[in-house]
Formats: sequence, structure tokens, C-alpha cells
Amino acid sequence: MAVTRYLWPGCSALGVLLWGIGHAGVLPEERADVLYHSYDGGGVTVSGPSLLVLKKVGSNTELNGNYYVDSISGASIDVQVISGASQYSEKRTEMTGGVDYQHGNSTMSLSYTNSKENDYKANTASFNISMDMFDNMTTLTMGYTRGWDTVGKTGDPTLAAGLDRQNYRLGISQVLTRNLVMELNYEGITDEGMLNNPYRKVRYRDPLDTLDGYSFADEKYPHTRTSSALAMRMRYFLPWRASLSAGYRYFADTWGIDAHTVEVGYTHPLLDRWMLETTLRQYTQTSADFYSDLLDFNGSQNFYARDKVLSSFSDSSIGVKLGFDIIKGGWHGIDHASLNLAWNKIWYDYRNFRDLRVVLPAAEVGNEPLYHFSANVVQFFMSAWF
Amino acid sequence: MKLQLPLLLCAGLLLGGCSHLEPWVKPYERANLADPVMSADRDPVSSAYIAHVYPVREAARGAAGGHGGGCGCN
Repeated sequence: MAVTRYLWPGCSALGVLLWGIGHAGVLPEERADVLYHSYDGGGVTVSGPSLLVLKKVGSNTELNGNYYVDSISGASIDVQVISGASQYSEKRTEMTGGVDYQHGNSTMSLSYTNSKENDYKANTASFNISMDMFDNMTTLTMGYTRGWDTVGKTGDPTLAAGLDRQNYRLGISQVLTRNLVMELNYEGITDEGMLNNPYRKVRYRDPLDTLDGYSFADEKYPHTRTSSALAMRMRYFLPWRASLSAGYRYFADTWGIDAHTVEVGYTHPLLDRWMLETTLRQYTQTSADFYSDLLDFNGSQNFYARDKVLSSFSDSSIGVKLGFDIIKGGWHGIDHASLNLAWNKIWYDYRNFRDLRVVLPAAEVGNEPLYHFSANVVQFFMSAWF
Repeated sequence: MKLQLPLLLCAGLLLGGCSHLEPWVKPYERANLADPVMSADRDPVSSAYIAHVYPVREAARGAAGGHGGGCGCN
């Protein structure tokens, strides 16, 4: 987990994602994907492979499996400030197995995910059901996820704290016209247990520290968190065979955070074998009630955190994905296959998280410049349908 | 959970309204909707990865795009 709390207490995205591919009354296509991913930003590099296979067993059942690795190295601003620029490296391995069962216009999905790293273990079980109705113009989806995590700390074998997670999902997808489809999704998530990052520190004014004017202490988080997210998305078919998509999500939680996400996308086929996708995304959030960049004194609040993820900030990103069909029309049992390259650039701008790498006289503590950084996210993957 | 009530009201209105409506887009009129450019999740291995990237660095989570929901966290 390291000081960056890189891995948010996790539930597998994949088990949930796979359930939604296609309509409820049709199982997802059989396919295999091999992906290499790389994230580079804020002094941290995260890279690794992901393998995904979907294979039908009989006419109504399909199995899926995913193997995913994050190899993390570098030194984020938290590590640089608290530990003195020490580099670190660690690895997270995640495995997911799932089954989809189709009956009439409904599909039921079960999946189980195990994620391991040296100081964080997560087990997640998901159940989803989706139903096509109204002459297949409407798809209703419901889902429930339960997760059990164990939080540890390198160098402290006595720490093995639990964290329980539950997700509740409800979604509806509606065909509005012959060119327009809209979906509405809600997800409620509750966490209970160890929500602290055992490595991260909060800082407070310290008159005894005549050099910097501040000192660090352990963070203290509430033991529960409940959040709600409501999202609406639309996709429109354009007359020249391209599509335009737009989405908005509102988020609120019991820690006092409100967030808004807006995203637009454009997909355009090129020549006979190419597909170009572009996206723009804007995100903004308020800070948690107990977030503080600089406490007046040690323990001045009931709860206190200086995780920049809980601060007030915005991020903007652009994305480009280019796909090329290397096989069309069948070849040795493969229906078709594609090669894809994707790049995203993300800019993060913090409004109340300061860059402590800039050292000011003790009298000016709290006036350090605000932190900002950018990240490059690259994916290269091959997909084959069979 | 302050979003729960409006959501339930919307769902009730949508579902209640369906009983008085006939499907207005016939199956043979859905060629454009079935085109690959209209797929919300054409590359699930890529979507799953991107669904990791954002929530790790943002507090918001849930209702991730294009697939009827998803926690999108690691």
C-alpha cells in the first residue's frame, strides 16, 4: 500500500464490468485480451499486464477470468516529504473468476476477486442481475458486492485490521430513439473498519520546531464511510457513422465530500480497419470535513487527515485510443482481432494541499505553494474474438 | 444516502410509465444502435484498467460509466 495509499481499499472493477457487456438476454462475446498498462505521474510509476478471457460453456453459461498486476515504484510527494525521498517498489496481484448465466431475457453473474500485496489483502464477491424488458428497449440492472479486506503495515507484524465493504447498484438503460440511448446508474457504498492509511501523516503547527514550524503525527479517520453516486450517460449515433457520448456523475459521502464528473467522447471509424476514440473529462471535489493541510495543534480535531485524495481539488484529462483490426473475416478459428494503443493525460490541481518540498521559514508555515502534477497513462492491448 | 429517495422516485415513474407505453423503436430500426461505434464498453480490459486509475486518486467512487455500475476501485 505504501505511503501514497495507491490502492484504494478495493473491490474489483472487472467482476462488475463484465456483467454489463452487451444486453441482458445475450451473453458477452467469447474473447481474449492481453494488455500492458503504464501510469507515470507525481513521482510514481505503476505498470503491469492484464489478461482477460471469456469462454462459453454450453449455450447459457459463460466463464470469465482475469489476471492483473500493478508493479509500483518511485517516491510520491508524501514519501518525499515524510520519509526523505526514499524510493520504494511493491507489487499487487489480482485474480478474478466469474460466471454468467443467461435465462430468457435475464443474465445473472457471480464473480470473486482476490487481491494481494505485501501489506494489503482484499477479497471481493459480486452478484449482478440484468433484465431486458419493454421489447428490449429497456435494460434494468441490479448488483450487490461484498468485500473483506485486511490492512497491514510493513515493519509492524501486529497490525492486521479489518475493513468490510458493501456496494449496492441499480441501473437502467433506455433506448430513446433509433440513434440515442441513455443510461442512469446509482451506486451506494458503505465501508466499515480500518479506513486509515497506516503510513500517512498529518502535520500540525509546532512552535518547538524552529526550523520548519510544523511536525507530523499519525492520521485518525472515522471507522465508517457511506457514499452515493448517481450518473447519467447518453450516446448518440451521428449521420456519418460516428458516435458522440456525454456523461455526468454526482457524488456525495458522509465525510462531507461532494464531487462532480463530466465526460464527453467521440468515436469515429477510419478507413476500413481503424477506430479512433477521443475523450475529455473534468472532475472536481470538495474536501472531507476532517481534512486539514495544517492543524493548529496536534489533535485539534476529533478526526484528522492530510491525504490529498480527501482535499479540495480538480483534475482534467484528455484521452485518445486508436484501434486497428489485424484480422477480419476469420483466420484459424479467430473471428477477428485488433491491436490498440491508448493514451490519457491527466492534470491534477490541488486547492488546499501544499507542496512541502518547498521549505519556508518557520514563521511562514502554511504558505507553501499549492501542489499540482500531471500524469501519463498508456495502454497497449490486443483483443481476439473466437 | 441523500440520493436514495429521488432515485427511487425516478425509477418508480419510469417503470410505472412503461405499462401505458408501446415500444416506439422497432427491432428493425436499431441498426445504428447496434453499430460498434455505439458500444459503451467495446474494450472491457481497457475499461477495467481506466476504472482503476481515476478512483485511486479521487474520492468519488461508484456508478462508473458504460456498464451499469461498478465500484472502479483497486
